[in-house]
Amino acid sequence: MIQAIAFYFFATIVVASAVMVVMARNPVHSVLWLILAFFNAAGLMVLVGAEFIAMLLVIVYVGAVAVLFLFVVMMLDIDFAAMRAGFARNAPLGLAIAAVLLAELLLGVGAWQAGGIRLGTPDGAALQPADVPNIEALGALLYGRYILLFEVAGIILLVAMIGAIVLTFQPPGPGARARQDVGKQIRRRPEEAVVMKRPEVGKGIEL
Amino acid sequence: MTAFFQSLGLSYEWAWAVATLAAILIVSLLVMFSVAMVIYVDRKVLGAIMLRRGPNVVGPFGLLQSFADGIKVFLQETIIPSAANKGIFLIAPIITFTVALAAWAVIPFDAGMVIADINVGLLYILAISSMGVYGVVMSGWASNSKYPFFSAMRASAQMISYEVSIGFVLVCVVLFAGTFNLSGIVNGQQGFGLGLINAYAVHPLLFPMWVVFFISALAETARAPFDLTEAESELVAGYQTEYSSMSFALFWLGEYANILLMCSLNTLLFWGGWLPPFVIPALYAVPGIVWFLVKTFIFFFMFSWIWATVPRYRYDQLMRLGWKVFLPMSLVFVAATSGYLMAMGHFA
Repeated sequence: MIQAIAFYFFATIVVASAVMVVMARNPVHSVLWLILAFFNAAGLMVLVGAEFIAMLLVIVYVGAVAVLFLFVVMMLDIDFAAMRAGFARNAPLGLAIAAVLLAELLLGVGAWQAGGIRLGTPDGAALQPADVPNIEALGALLYGRYILLFEVAGIILLVAMIGAIVLTFQPPGPGARARQDVGKQIRRRPEEAVVMKRPEVGKGIEL
Repeated sequence: MTAFFQSLGLSYEWAWAVATLAAILIVSLLVMFSVAMVIYVDRKVLGAIMLRRGPNVVGPFGLLQSFADGIKVFLQETIIPSAANKGIFLIAPIITFTVALAAWAVIPFDAGMVIADINVGLLYILAISSMGVYGVVMSGWASNSKYPFFSAMRASAQMISYEVSIGFVLVCVVLFAGTFNLSGIVNGQQGFGLGLINAYAVHPLLFPMWVVFFISALAETARAPFDLTEAESELVAGYQTEYSSMSFALFWLGEYANILLMCSLNTLLFWGGWLPPFVIPALYAVPGIVWFLVKTFIFFFMFSWIWATVPRYRYDQLMRLGWKVFLPMSLVFVAATSGYLMAMGHFA
């Protein structure tokens, strides 16, 4: 009973806030609705017993990705009038994308109705017994059967990270930003930085 | 507590629901009461270090000062700037406050004295504390004012940076404990130091990690010396600049509830939680909750002490410490810890 109430509560909010992401006029409001949708999706995952995935969804998407997203959207200076002017021109493209998404949704529901794909059998991963906590079940799968794919995913992320660093790296030299050397700043003494002068009246000083 | 309500003639489901609601109310009220007292302690410690008296007028020794302040802000008018984004402006302090209280659901005060004893307790705390940044970011943006906006940008960068090293520190603790459950982590510390001391922090691999965790906790709660989000010499009052009365008080209470949460995490993860510090039978006669509160209070005292004595960091120094010192260091320690535990046959 409590579970059913909780399910409909979370599900309604997910769908409603997803609609609001598209409908909201202010892009910052859109991102905030998106965050609400993520958070309630995590609630749905707790209900199906995937508490580890639910926590990861909140930590990674709500806690890190969406913050950066919000950050960028807040800094944007968007002209709403210019954006709406292109509506008629972009409408066919938008309709085409919507049609593709609808077709995919129908295909997915159709396949599920037809019995779905049985990933667990015959030579797939054996189903874990229900009493194993799902962190352990997931760990056993990721670090056992799927270790190669897991490592490959890690290497791809590492390469992407190094790529981002290379793209933004400024080699030292003329035109580069001034670098801070904390040791040098701390070693600086007042004698080197401050000069006391007593200029006579009516005369300037030379430094 | 469920059993008590069942004995009153309720069915199990209803008894559970009533017991949980009662526990939530009790914990929230206790946290709010401790926040009020801790604000008083903070001001007294600051006063003592700065050679002045601190609050000493309202009630004996000024003990009721926080309640007087509370009544004062409650009776003030909430002013909403005309250029503010009204809805988000009002939701932001509510989010900060709610999130600060929600994290207490998985904190064990004593053996079995916890609202939700879940498997992923530590991850839950990480998830909830990462939500805390939204209160700050939303208030900064919705105020439609320059200083709050600068403060919001600083806060989001600062919290994301230090969450990374906190995450790695927690991995080290979890490797030793073998569980994400906070009660399980505390139980793992029973007799950990040569069978004499109940604390993870005595291990040479975990002590440096505790230091990293403590400093990151200061940065995560935006306490001095990392209080750049409300640096009054640069940003007026940071993201709280446009707030008044209760909406301001909610930020204030939420901030202190977060500080207490970080102090209690120090206690639970590194210093044995509700267990007495040494394995001496006489010490076990003292109730666990007393040990928990005493240890948490010692950490809070250290927070106030640091506030009174250390000057504020510059923002680039803050980022440098997070990314160039703590992140590589905690990564090396994760590798070292797992290597050490593998060599010792901990996972066999």
